[in-house]
Amino acid sequence: MIAPFKEIYRYIDLPIKSSRRLGRIIVLACHDMGNALIMLASATLYIRTLWKPRARYETAMQLYVTGIKSLGVITVVAFFTGMILALQTGLELRRFGQEVNIGTAVTVVMIREMGPFMTGLIIAASVGSAIAAQLGTMAVSEEISALEVMSINPNRFLVMPRLVALAVMMPILTVYTNILGILGGGIVGSTQLGVSFQAYLDNATRYAENKDLYVGLFKAFIFGIIISTVACYQGLSTIEGAVGVGRATRQTVIISFLMILIIGYMITRLFYI
Amino acid sequence: MIIFDKVTKRLGGKTVLNEVSFEVPRGETFVIVGLSGAGKSVTLKHMVQLMRPDSGAVRIGEDVISAARGAELERMRRRFGVLFQGAALLQWLSVFENVALPLRELTKMTPEEIEKTVREKLRLLNMEDSMETFPSDLSGGMQKRVGLARAIVMNPEIILYDEPTSGLDPVTSRLIDKLIENLRKELGITSVVVTHDLHSALAIGTRIMMIDGGKIVENATPEEFIESTNETVQRFLEAQYITRRGAWEKGMEQHV
Repeated sequence: MIAPFKEIYRYIDLPIKSSRRLGRIIVLACHDMGNALIMLASATLYIRTLWKPRARYETAMQLYVTGIKSLGVITVVAFFTGMILALQTGLELRRFGQEVNIGTAVTVVMIREMGPFMTGLIIAASVGSAIAAQLGTMAVSEEISALEVMSINPNRFLVMPRLVALAVMMPILTVYTNILGILGGGIVGSTQLGVSFQAYLDNATRYAENKDLYVGLFKAFIFGIIISTVACYQGLSTIEGAVGVGRATRQTVIISFLMILIIGYMITRLFYI
Repeated sequence: MIIFDKVTKRLGGKTVLNEVSFEVPRGETFVIVGLSGAGKSVTLKHMVQLMRPDSGAVRIGEDVISAARGAELERMRRRFGVLFQGAALLQWLSVFENVALPLRELTKMTPEEIEKTVREKLRLLNMEDSMETFPSDLSGGMQKRVGLARAIVMNPEIILYDEPTSGLDPVTSRLIDKLIENLRKELGITSVVVTHDLHSALAIGTRIMMIDGGKIVENATPEEFIESTNETVQRFLEAQYITRRGAWEKGMEQHV
């Protein structure tokens, strides 16, 4: 007699347990977001200490790691993004005899969306994960505690240089991605679609507006802040040794990707609707 | 003086410290011993507010460090030097840069003054020849010596040692013990040492406290500790082949 009741109770209990779990996840997410924003605010306030030699050196190192060391993969991805865009839109436009307009299509899509978006994804996966792994390892080996005990604020010493480096370097890398993407599209246009490079460039520059460029660069700047904040927060709050470092790295990539998509959409909506 | 006033701390549903109260007088070498997971390191972390108590208070003289925040906390922490269990050296900085870090970040000393101070501290620990080496190229014992140099470079009033001799060979262990002893005798520095090594504890401690299950089971001078009738203390002594006075006295003679 008792067994069927147990079954029924399990079915009743399931949604309650699930809603409790969901509630806990939401509360923890809000808690993490609040702490990450406090860390971001603190690091932003410490930008005033950027003139100090050690801060300058650390920021220069982070600029180098973010910028120069990411150039290889960005070059390949940007080039092929432009080529794919040109090929896909070109093949469709050819049906209407409008393949000459691929210049506009590739340029507008690159500088508005794909440039900052692709750069953000690459930097989140390469630099963001590396930051989370480095700070996570420091956290589990008590190096962060050592800094705190020495009264060296980790937000000033570790977060601020990474925040500045990513916020500065993301727009620069996005410009690089845009240029290479547009070039890649031009090469596909001239070799596969019969659109001369000059005609492609004329078309590309005729319809693109300055606003497209500014909005794209603004997005890149925001993405840089998002990636550095997520990576530093995940790294600094790492617990449980090597497993925790792996978790922090994975979380950094997932959260950064999601935020780049969501915030990217919101910025587009804000400026174009 | 460090004062723990009814400090309770729960971690992961377990009470790690249960209304713990004790005092560390100025100029003493206070050793905290106990089994793994007894709450020794948690006690140490409360002293520099790397952890905050759920209830109770931790005071450093008149300062309530457990309630301090911001600049006030930074000021209080500057009274401490801490040697972490794994030395906690920043891996991308050289030995020199690691030891010089607090001087560069917190003082207005000139580069020449910083170099002189760092050399002096590293010489004290026989590490002057490894100034340009990176931590990953050093042995565990050498890393701990560099960690100790960094802990003392700001001339703190109090030094906390988390397992200073764990994982070290006996010769290096005794060198570290001797350094702790010298810092007390020559500079009057207050030391709090967390260790499993009772031989070391009996040799350097002016007072030994044992924690078990989140409570203090013994807090006594080395002489009283060795004679303790507490069962937990006796088991701990026997596990390290220390039976009453004989072995300890022998250890002390060798050390001194």
